[in-house]
Amino acid sequence: MEMVDDIVKEFLVESYESLDQLDKDLMALEDAPDDKSRLSSVFRTIHTIKGTSGFLAYPNLEHLAHVGENLLVLLRDGALRLNAEIATALLAMVDAVRSILSRIESAGTEGDETYEGLIATLERLKNREPAAKPAVPALAAPQKIEIDVEQVVRELSLEVQAAVTCSPADCKLAAQSVGKPRARAKSKPKTKPPASSMPSNSTHSELKTQIENHFEATLKLEADSHSETTFADSAAVAIEAAAHDDHAVSPKKALAITESRAGADGGSASAEGGDKSGSVTDSSVRIDVQLLDKLMNLVGELVLARNQIMQFSGSIEDAAMSAASQRLNLITTELQAGVMKTRMQPIKNAWAKLPRVVRDLSISCGKKIQVVMEGEDTELDKTILEAIKDPLTHIVRNSVDHGIESSDVRVKNGKSAEGTLWLRAYHEGGQVIIEIADDGGGINLDRVRQKAVEKGMVTVEQAAAMSDRESIQLILLPGFSTAAKVTNVSGRGVGMDVVKTNVEKIGGMLDIQSTMGKGTTLRIKIPLTLAIIPALIVTTASDRYAIPQVSLLELVRLEGEHVKKSIEYVHGAPVYRLRGKLLPLVDLSERLGVVPPNADMRQSFEDRIVNIVVLRANDRQYGLVVDKVNDTAEIVVKPLSRQLKGIGEYAGTTIMGDGSVALILDVMGLAIAAGLTGDVRDQPHANNGKDGSHSGEPTQTLLVVDLGDARRFALPTSMVARLEKVSGSVVEYTDGREVIQYRGEILPVVRLSNVFGAADSDSSHPEELQIIVYAEEDYSCGFAVNRIVDIVETELRLKTTRGEHDNLLGTTVIQERVTDVLNLRNLARHGTKDERLGASRR
Amino acid sequence: MTTKHQFCTFYVDDLFLGINVQQVQEVIRYQEMTRVPLAPVAIRGLINLRGQIVTAIDLRCWLGMPLRDPQELPMNVIVHDGSNAVSLLVDRIGDVIEVNDELFESPPSTVRANVRGLIQGAYKLSDQLLLLLDTGRALAECDSRSAQNGRLAS
Repeated sequence: MEMVDDIVKEFLVESYESLDQLDKDLMALEDAPDDKSRLSSVFRTIHTIKGTSGFLAYPNLEHLAHVGENLLVLLRDGALRLNAEIATALLAMVDAVRSILSRIESAGTEGDETYEGLIATLERLKNREPAAKPAVPALAAPQKIEIDVEQVVRELSLEVQAAVTCSPADCKLAAQSVGKPRARAKSKPKTKPPASSMPSNSTHSELKTQIENHFEATLKLEADSHSETTFADSAAVAIEAAAHDDHAVSPKKALAITESRAGADGGSASAEGGDKSGSVTDSSVRIDVQLLDKLMNLVGELVLARNQIMQFSGSIEDAAMSAASQRLNLITTELQAGVMKTRMQPIKNAWAKLPRVVRDLSISCGKKIQVVMEGEDTELDKTILEAIKDPLTHIVRNSVDHGIESSDVRVKNGKSAEGTLWLRAYHEGGQVIIEIADDGGGINLDRVRQKAVEKGMVTVEQAAAMSDRESIQLILLPGFSTAAKVTNVSGRGVGMDVVKTNVEKIGGMLDIQSTMGKGTTLRIKIPLTLAIIPALIVTTASDRYAIPQVSLLELVRLEGEHVKKSIEYVHGAPVYRLRGKLLPLVDLSERLGVVPPNADMRQSFEDRIVNIVVLRANDRQYGLVVDKVNDTAEIVVKPLSRQLKGIGEYAGTTIMGDGSVALILDVMGLAIAAGLTGDVRDQPHANNGKDGSHSGEPTQTLLVVDLGDARRFALPTSMVARLEKVSGSVVEYTDGREVIQYRGEILPVVRLSNVFGAADSDSSHPEELQIIVYAEEDYSCGFAVNRIVDIVETELRLKTTRGEHDNLLGTTVIQERVTDVLNLRNLARHGTKDERLGASRR
Repeated sequence: MTTKHQFCTFYVDDLFLGINVQQVQEVIRYQEMTRVPLAPVAIRGLINLRGQIVTAIDLRCWLGMPLRDPQELPMNVIVHDGSNAVSLLVDRIGDVIEVNDELFESPPSTVRANVRGLIQGAYKLSDQLLLLLDTGRALAECDSRSAQNGRLAS
């Protein structure tokens, strides 16, 4: 029973693969309907499926494939020319076959669906050209894969004998006749396991295919009259081997003999023969991915053990030991590289179905789109490849449906009628970049903003204040869609946020660039692999942390006098001048809270050696200050436990050479937590939400201000009309209130430090005032603060523990500091009463 | 017909607690831990358990008890909930005992609120009470708290 299961499994795997190839071939055929070799390849694939399904007793599948095959025969023989309609029908057949196969896989039977409609269509298409060649019925007749190998061999060898004894010209004829049974022969697709594992029926057919391929290969030699004997020899050897020895001499061996002989006289011929018979793929073995994963894990453990041994051998003086550990080191490295390589697959595996998706979609949308692929051979870890398959499909669907305009619109806009979709992949700095670009209409940011407001995702004020870059990020919000109507393609608004989540789940980044009228480019940056990465080990507060080297740019070490000189402060924030550019510094121990936060960072830098790890988060750089830079090491990434997922500063955990656990820092997460980069803040890290999903809390941009005491205050930027810096001398007084002249109006000014009772008397008349201008329809008001600290984007989780204070919306934690969120509206209307300072009606 | 269950028992301060044996993977001595800054206080660190990284949660913190003397080293009770394993730090390990289901009673409402959620109930043993720890609840709660308070609790 298991034998049968194995055969079915083999059949399924093989068929899925060839079906993918079919999709590709059929689409290529649409562009070049006369490509005979491709047609034959399509024909052979369908034929193989038909044959095997007959053998395995799947009548429905067999019938379907048979009808398809009949149509293909006409195409191959040139009696019918492939057009869009036929291609669609054939592709539909491929889909049907695929769904039958998946039923076989899941349920073990092919199901009751007979696809009568499809079969009727195929029949109809076939009969449109009733003048079928007489050859057709003969070709279509044989349906079983079982072939009497002896008979075939006999037939072939007779003809070969004839060929040997006659002139080259005759030989050609004979060879052609040898080639003929080929049409009847059941050729198998390229990929085959070693012959011994195959049931003997298949072996026969495979054998036969190979024998035929020899002829094809050796035929090339026939032009050269000198090679006549070689031709005959090699063919004879192959046939003999095949005829007398079913298993003892594998067909491969016979093939090798033939090829080596043929190769001796005509190198190119052997190469071609090799190609066609698929001897290259014959040398590959199918491996269960689970087994590979297990191997991968074991190698991971081995790497750790190696690290331990290396550390150990470093501490003892023993030549033999160190030599042995050196060897272990080398071998492990090679083994690791080897196992990693087994998991690498070219990205075209993930792209394979995209042209088909584009084709179907563009037809249903009435658009003309060509797909251009670049860098198809770029390799990626299998798990990553799996993870990006769906996001890619989503993005491509979006581009086709929303991006590229219909032909007439394109022509009107002076573009070619046919739209282009580029798929590009390339390596850059240890990462793989995948680009999906189109030359369509681009993203209409005004509409995006408008839609976002309509759906209540942002307020009108927020939308108006948004930069173009911020607006683009809106399309990544859950539930967002600008499509005027929901089509069956897209527009339901469950696309881009899922894409983003999926990409971020595998540690990737998603970037969108769009130019109105020119097109849109989506860029996905993903790590090469997830399992084992090189990392820099640093120490801070006597704990070790690993920093992925992908994000590492350089290391800077400052000592003594140099520290004072080169670390400068912008508004209290330390920066370092790195080749003339300011590099913001983040102190790791402070960020992680392992030392009490220093009110003045200046102090903390003064007396120590400063190690700066220059990191790249998205497109910005920052310097991470650590106590000590230890070493680089290959680390095995282990996921964070569920309890720690919420902490964005960590990307994972790993086990160090000495067996202790170390945390892997999330370079992006740190940057976000430090409130460093605008772009980064636009993309809250996946780990911020629970399990990487959106927590549903809308993020808000907050302006953080300082009133001169220890407290921090924040207010939504959507409430802020402008920020102004005015000299203290422009403040004038009217009716006991402070006012300033602002844009031809009298603007009342409220000192927030007075409202909240910040003990700040000496600076009540500072040289400069930071004014936050608040405006509603009918009145406006200015709030004076001591210092604008930062603008942060955060999920606003307010705790209203101090709810009795009307002037506060609540309290939240921003950048690890408890921050009161101001209720500006209230302050403008009522807060002034308390202070006898006024917001007057205009 | 009464059913019996086996419990792995341990002490946290003066509480006598138990977990169904089925949930316990193993009990090990104190292990060196790597602390996790920014994590909730109860998360004491990460342990390398033969290549598997396990989060250690201090039950004293969970049950709102005073922290133990740094000299006293806790024991690790490794519990697993399907895919994840977590180490519960306890003071002392008791025996594995078999308890009759009839002895079970839900916790009295006077039990402190922060503890009540984590205790499923009590088994009235002849000499003392065995409190049944709700591990699933404890771990789930740990999740939500860590997500919210991660930044505060360092």
